[in-house]
Amino acid sequence: MQSIHRLGAGLLVLSASLAQAQDANLARNLAATCANCHGTNGRALGDTVKPLAGVSADKIVAAINDYKSGAQPATIMHQIAKGYSDDQIKLIASYFAAQPAKK
Amino acid sequence: MTQHSTFSRRRVIGGGLAAMASLPFVGCASMGGPSIGRVVIVGGGFGGATAARYLRMWGGNVDVTLVERNETFVSCPISNLVLGGHKQMSDITVGYAGLEALGVRRIQAEVAAIDPQAREVRLADGRKLPYDRVIVSPGVDFMLDQVAGLAAPAAQERFLHSWKAGPQTVALRRQLEAMPDGGVYALAIPKAPYRCPPGPYERACMVASYFKQFKPRSKVLVLDANPEITSKKALFEKAFADHYKGIVEYRANNELKTVDATTGTAKLEFDDVKADVLNVVPPQRAGDIARTAGLLNMNNRWAGVNWLTMESTAVPGIHVLGDATFSAPAMPKSGHMANQHAKVAAAAIIQLLKKEPVNATPVVMNTCFSFVTARDVIHVASVHQYDVADKTFKTVPGSGGVSQAANQVEGRNALSWAQNIWADMLAT
Repeated sequence: MQSIHRLGAGLLVLSASLAQAQDANLARNLAATCANCHGTNGRALGDTVKPLAGVSADKIVAAINDYKSGAQPATIMHQIAKGYSDDQIKLIASYFAAQPAKK
Repeated sequence: MTQHSTFSRRRVIGGGLAAMASLPFVGCASMGGPSIGRVVIVGGGFGGATAARYLRMWGGNVDVTLVERNETFVSCPISNLVLGGHKQMSDITVGYAGLEALGVRRIQAEVAAIDPQAREVRLADGRKLPYDRVIVSPGVDFMLDQVAGLAAPAAQERFLHSWKAGPQTVALRRQLEAMPDGGVYALAIPKAPYRCPPGPYERACMVASYFKQFKPRSKVLVLDANPEITSKKALFEKAFADHYKGIVEYRANNELKTVDATTGTAKLEFDDVKADVLNVVPPQRAGDIARTAGLLNMNNRWAGVNWLTMESTAVPGIHVLGDATFSAPAMPKSGHMANQHAKVAAAAIIQLLKKEPVNATPVVMNTCFSFVTARDVIHVASVHQYDVADKTFKTVPGSGGVSQAANQVEGRNALSWAQNIWADMLAT
């Protein structure tokens, strides 16, 4: 009985870590859609586009929401921001926040 | 004792070298423990190069071989600026050293065939590359038989497409430079779908910008097989009117039927056009190797794919990227989109090699910038979320769109985009 319990707990841990890994991959994959303009892993080249690597997640989420609402005028980001759900934006923001700012 | 240990060390070293020699991908495998699989990528453009980079970056211990016929990557985006005289070829050319430094094995060669049973890619020189998964990112090839006379060698020499950046970009620029002031440059656009929907109209602007400054009596005649401008219509119409009045003449529903290389004549349905420089962008289909590999299951022209993995719906184990795919609704054939396809494929292939579930909710997005003058740019953007019920990507209602007006801020953004996407795909 005890061993079955242990097995069950082990499976729980395993499935929780699998789910975590899937979330991590999802955040990574979503953030990769931004790289074409904002640089690989958010480390943008040049000084035209805002780098995202190492920026706090709250700051990124707030900026995107301002683009979505129109509070922050933009040439293009208001149109792109509206293509992602709030949950997706949170995942993207947390991914970039965790990236080192320099190579 | 001393002798013995020397002997065994020799044996170990010798055995190690022998093992290395028999492993063609030892350089890659050494970076992240035992290899989880071999991926061969055919084509080093926006799709293939990005896939190579992301397989190495995300997979770590994936053996990646990139087969590309050209020595360097030359970008189609920004190449219209070379035609306009605003950029040089060196500005749009990037090498593959960054990918090689990441452990990508690069082979400059032509692919002759893909054998899905033996799971190997066969090169024209006879070499065979075994794979667990293969990525085909061949771009487009031209359906020359759709325009009478176009396949003739004299016509191929005279009527350039310049729809693959490289020698033809240089050659068309030379034709424009050699053209006398007062001459006519005609650009024939095929019916959609073709690579880079706004590209022809940007090209018309760039050639016109050159004429305006250096050959002001010359004309740009746009012969469009489509019923109207296929992308950013109002913005291009405004650019033609504001900047190139009297230079650009746009004609819709003017499909090129026949060309005559001797006289330089373009024959349309109702009339003939004689141009000093006739630039023919021919109708297109997926690149040759996709056809050879039996991937063209959509209108015998494009490759159908499973959008969760980019795996061909015709042949298992082969993933197809970019222009060669049968596009999802409102999905453009663009370098940006090929880069996005590559990331979906790289993530999925790593999962498949590990026998783990693939991402069930991928997202891709697109941005195409077009120069209407040397500095003013317009964009079109879209975001595509995977639709589980319909098993395809769909644009998100209310998202995406075009520029309000051409502007110089986006002129800087467009060049920054190029810098960042080239670095993203080639790991520079």
